[in-house]
Amino acid sequence: MDPMDAIKQTYFQECDELLASLEEGLLALEAGEGDSDTINAVFRAVHSVKGGAGAFGFEAMVEFAHVFETSLDLMRSGKLDPDPDVLKLMLRASDVLVDHVQAAKGEGVVDEGRSHAILDELAALTNSEPLASRASAVGSSADPATDEWGFAPLKFELDEPATATWRLVMRPTAAMYAKGHDALLFLRELSRLGEISVTMDASTLPAFADLNPENAYICWSVELPGTVDETAIRDVFDFVGDDCPIELSRAEGGSAPMIDLTDFLPPPAQQSINEPEHGAPVVDDKAVVVPDKATKGAAPSAGATIRVDLERVDRMIDLVGELVINQAMLAQRVTESGVGRSSTIAMGLDELEQLTREIQDSVMAIRAQPVKSVFQRMPRLVREAASATGKQVRLVMEGEGTEVDKTVIERLSDPITHMLRNAIDHGLESPEERARAGKPEEGTVRLAALHRSGRIIIEVSDDGKGINRPKVREIAVAKGLIAADAPLTDDEIDNLIFLPGFSTASAISNLSGRGVGMDVVKRSIQALGGRIVIASQPGKGSVFTLSLPLTLAVLDGMVITAGEQTLVAPLTAIVETLRPKPEEVRPLGPTGAVLATRGMHVPLIDIGVALGLRTTPIDPTTGVILLVDGEGGGRAALVADEIQGQRQVVIKSLEANYQRVEGVAAATILGDGRVALILDVDAVFDKRLGERQLAKAS
Amino acid sequence: MSKTILTIDDSRMMREMLLMVLQGAGFNVVQAEDGQQGLDKLAEAKPDVIITDINMPVMDGYGFIEGARKDQRHRATPILVLSTESSPEKKQRAREAGATGWIVKPFQADTLLDVVRRVSA
Repeated sequence: MDPMDAIKQTYFQECDELLASLEEGLLALEAGEGDSDTINAVFRAVHSVKGGAGAFGFEAMVEFAHVFETSLDLMRSGKLDPDPDVLKLMLRASDVLVDHVQAAKGEGVVDEGRSHAILDELAALTNSEPLASRASAVGSSADPATDEWGFAPLKFELDEPATATWRLVMRPTAAMYAKGHDALLFLRELSRLGEISVTMDASTLPAFADLNPENAYICWSVELPGTVDETAIRDVFDFVGDDCPIELSRAEGGSAPMIDLTDFLPPPAQQSINEPEHGAPVVDDKAVVVPDKATKGAAPSAGATIRVDLERVDRMIDLVGELVINQAMLAQRVTESGVGRSSTIAMGLDELEQLTREIQDSVMAIRAQPVKSVFQRMPRLVREAASATGKQVRLVMEGEGTEVDKTVIERLSDPITHMLRNAIDHGLESPEERARAGKPEEGTVRLAALHRSGRIIIEVSDDGKGINRPKVREIAVAKGLIAADAPLTDDEIDNLIFLPGFSTASAISNLSGRGVGMDVVKRSIQALGGRIVIASQPGKGSVFTLSLPLTLAVLDGMVITAGEQTLVAPLTAIVETLRPKPEEVRPLGPTGAVLATRGMHVPLIDIGVALGLRTTPIDPTTGVILLVDGEGGGRAALVADEIQGQRQVVIKSLEANYQRVEGVAAATILGDGRVALILDVDAVFDKRLGERQLAKAS
Repeated sequence: MSKTILTIDDSRMMREMLLMVLQGAGFNVVQAEDGQQGLDKLAEAKPDVIITDINMPVMDGYGFIEGARKDQRHRATPILVLSTESSPEKKQRAREAGATGWIVKPFQADTLLDVVRRVSA
């Protein structure tokens, strides 16, 4: 990759982090939790985004960030109060800055109108000049030229060189004093040219005992205004000539001098610095570069973290997956060959298995990421949802540091987005309604992440009105989703909202009423091997709990046989396995059957038939039944021929290697080298959707 | 013996950019992410030139410069400030702290190298 491209990528990554901390900081300030450190961090975030934007020539972003930064600088210096209105504006500004960064990435466009409106509002805060002049001031760096590094536009200043302070070093010699000159006279002469600042360097002055009074030990450096004519300065020393060598240069400081290096440098160094000081020819550079190349790289910076291409990690995870499969195959071969369990070979294999598992865990840990990257997008979403619905919403986020595999993280965003929108749109009441109910006008939506028994749990809760159960029931009946007299528990009624085609919104709002209901959320979560449930308390609010596996790379599965095929059923879906007694199996309709278990009637689904492996279902009493959790709180009994065992398998995409197969989620390779299909329990379940609703007879 | 440059900037992008330019020109580069880290690395890095940002967390550039100037070994080490800011007050503050020069970001690679070579010659 072109080094500049690589740096640009770094910049964008950094922007994402900076923008996240910007928003976080602003939110903390809004919640009254911030202090001056928070304000500083917020300021720095915008400042750094701007710095990089300048380096890459994102002019619009520079302009926006500049005004934003100016207002934050005022806040930093205590001249602007971080009151709620100001912070709301800044949060909106941070949203626009996000848009600018996205646009710079080529992943979106900036709403110019919105950007300018916010610029004007920010400018009003800071009472700064109108946009036009500001733009031109900022845009002055818009030099289209690109140098060999591709840096454009380029801007560099060593304090306006044209007017930079003169720095004069005069080194009177003994010869000069011997000729009756006096250094003081020169200094006086110089002071006539303009205001001067004189520093004496007595560093070479020896101890008194060693002092030779006829020697010259002392030299001076003098700073003169940059406006003084060079020849006027040189004329002062015209007469004394070589008896008082001078070095004249433009100082690196601006109107006032920077600390004079010569004050600190020992004389030898002083000498050497002087030569290149005055318009040094660049030819010298070659001499510096060539020998240095040999020792280049001697001091790499060490850090606690390294950055690795995701592709490399993915490749490693793939390889470790292969390793796990190979190890399993090897173990199986060894067992088959009749080697005793206590033999050194078998023991060595046990150790190998242990190590393989550890390697796998460690590699998976590399790809684990905190859910923060998803969470950090949510405050904006909540702000926009709140303004679209006219509700007052406070978002509380917890457990942002909870880690989960990157493959899962990428797919968390949509469900969380949907659940949050749903909570704001359907869960929270309007401020008036809340006031009437004796609640604070501002509703609270909580988004939390935590680990629980090897899974990640995402909770979205609100303190709204909860689910209107009579209404939900009424709608479900009206839509033919449940029987009018179906006896359902409160929980079951709540979970009806996940049924396809269900929507409780009385009017289609432009927020969550796009024909996409909670059923889609549920489906996408189930596609990840996850579950979602809702618990609701009328008048107090609802809690959506979503649970997902920590990774999509490996799966704990139950290896089963159905229709001479080896299949893997995800362990998370299985509630219970059992061998049914004949009296528990009851026919339903011409072909169907239900299983009576634990006071419930559960539809029996023959896996072999469902997958098209055979046409006639086997007798459930000769097989094994996997009780699996289904949608809407229902269950199904999947009939398999037998259970082979339980093991962790490496998930291989079927779509990537073959094609999508109905009822199959993915594939894996077993220890014996055979490919086994991983059952998509919900897809199998879906085939019996109609029956499920009716199966709930007690 | 190639010269060592200590770069102090909280922006990874800026650090990488400086690394590319300086290393490309044959300098050794030691990086620090804030002023405090900069001070911590001074003794080991023994830089010939220091390039520091101003706005940084933990310890800003002024703090770093003041701290570095208190260290006898670095009273004379050229310290260049590399910042997007260019207000006279801020420059003045950097001067008072002991900075040697001020470069405005974004920087031009050639000019940066020129300045670095001049102050480190």
